[in-house]
Amino acid sequence: MADLAVQQARKGGAAGGLSRFLHNTFIRNLSAKIAAAPMMATVLVVFIGCTIWTIWYSLTDSRLLPNGEFVGFEQYQRLFSTSRWNVSVVNLLIYGAFSLVFTLGIGFLLAVLMDQKIRFESAFRTIMLYPFALSFIVTGLVWQWIMNPSLGLQGTIRNMGWESFTFDWLTNPRMVLFALLIAGLWQGVGFVMILMLAGLRGIDDEIWKAARVDGIPTWRTYMSIVLPMMRGVFVTAVVLVGSGIVRLYDLVVALTDGGPGISSEVPAKYVYNYMFGAGNIAQGLAASTMMLLTVMIIIIPWAYLEFGGRGRRT
Amino acid sequence: MSQTATISSAGPDEKPKSDSRVEPRGPRPKPFFTPRKIVIYSILIFACLYFLFPLYVMLTTSLKTMPEIRWGNIFAPPIEPTGEAWVKAWTSACTGLTCQGLNPGFWNSVKITVPSTIVSIFIAAVNGYALVNWRFKGSEIFFTILIFGSFIPYQVMLYPLVMITRELGIFGSLWAVILVHSIFGMPILTLLFRNYFAALPVELFKAARVDGAGFWRIFFEIMLPMSLPIFVVAIILQVTGIWNDFLFGVVFAGTQNYPMTVQLNNIVNSAQGSPEYNVNMAATILTGLVPLIIYFVSGRLFVRGIAAGAVKG
Repeated sequence: MADLAVQQARKGGAAGGLSRFLHNTFIRNLSAKIAAAPMMATVLVVFIGCTIWTIWYSLTDSRLLPNGEFVGFEQYQRLFSTSRWNVSVVNLLIYGAFSLVFTLGIGFLLAVLMDQKIRFESAFRTIMLYPFALSFIVTGLVWQWIMNPSLGLQGTIRNMGWESFTFDWLTNPRMVLFALLIAGLWQGVGFVMILMLAGLRGIDDEIWKAARVDGIPTWRTYMSIVLPMMRGVFVTAVVLVGSGIVRLYDLVVALTDGGPGISSEVPAKYVYNYMFGAGNIAQGLAASTMMLLTVMIIIIPWAYLEFGGRGRRT
Repeated sequence: MSQTATISSAGPDEKPKSDSRVEPRGPRPKPFFTPRKIVIYSILIFACLYFLFPLYVMLTTSLKTMPEIRWGNIFAPPIEPTGEAWVKAWTSACTGLTCQGLNPGFWNSVKITVPSTIVSIFIAAVNGYALVNWRFKGSEIFFTILIFGSFIPYQVMLYPLVMITRELGIFGSLWAVILVHSIFGMPILTLLFRNYFAALPVELFKAARVDGAGFWRIFFEIMLPMSLPIFVVAIILQVTGIWNDFLFGVVFAGTQNYPMTVQLNNIVNSAQGSPEYNVNMAATILTGLVPLIIYFVSGRLFVRGIAAGAVKG
């Protein structure tokens, strides 16, 4: 049938070309296209449409409703002259750097230890991964209680006789980000450990044998052979952990609610507060556009590395 | 690693010896407490303490009475365990506005999770099937954008979606949350199903095609019955993900439909009066219970589900 259509199209010339185009675009494979309509709608309306809408309206002075005048980059100027936003960005950078290094570092270390033919491996695995099943709200609230200055860990150890013991990170503006870090690591390290463990298991035994024959010490094999071979796993982990960090919101709401003062504010929370709390939509949109920009800075180099060389992947 | 090498080389070979002594047979017994092993296990056990401590604290605190908590020993097990805090958390804890406990939130979460899971998985299964077996012009482009779209921070699309749901007249209702969960669950689930269907032998599809079966018939009669395992993975992934969601619930559901996570946060963080830590912890466990049960029951499938996020398409 398709051949027939093609033949007809060849005979018909330009008009046939158009009808063939219409036929291919709309009629051919029709039920598949109907079935995939929700996906196409999601891509076109939400992922493309909504994103463009947000970027466009971030250039207006909309306040309670998105109906403002075009004002260029004024919202962005205001954004970067607002101390709360600047604090948010710096917080995210500090938290992000520590979180990335520690999640990957501890995740890799635990995976290496788990890969030493140990006993009770599945028990260890279960224990390390269960926090990942819990929500950030639960995570935040548990750690909020543990870090309660008077009745939590600090109070308990002081009651036991160590009077000068201090663990007041939730109320200490300089340490509160590390309180977030402890809770964030608790939730996320198990997942990275599983990823890394899968990566380690994927490395050919022959490589280990060869390294052993050459008398290379185990740690050296890990550093010089295994780590470079796991580049792909590390890149995936960086991308996943990184885009999670940019989204960081629930954990902050539950654990610190941005406090004390504004010392643990993060961009996602700034966006939410301006959009739904302060009634300054364009400001929230500008902030969310900056979040998008950050994610793109992480994603685009990765996408280029992973999918750039078309022939390499398949 | 180096140990196993020496053991296997010293292992099975039995050299005939002129000695009259009895040679031990078999591999040399491995000493369990080598320094290396001690270091490995102590680090792992220390890590496990860090991971288990919050669970222990949650449980013990929730079983204590408030006077006992005020003594200030977070490590101590409850002297006389009581379920009062659990009852209060479930039925009468205050969220700042109402004092009905968590149970309305629980049922709201059920009402959100069940339809969202079904709708999102059905759409994704059809997507995956169409992308593998019924490719059309541009289908791969849509798929690529879908995958990259999953990295866009939700905050970017949040406000336009509020406007869209408002236009549709469903903002502030369960429908809005279900729609949003179906949208944002689509990338990962579609990837999951696409990879699964791509691994099935294509001859099955071709044979059904030759026999004259159409798009939906092949989907329902051949593909669905064969994809039970991936459905289980998808269900685990979606139920835990949607149950744990906070942002969409708080934005789209409307006050009377707040899911459990939102109500939990309100109970703990915006309640008036002196905080009751035992009730807070009981409420926290109750909220975490559903995903925890799923996690402990499903075991390896859960790992497969979350690892799906890391698998490249």
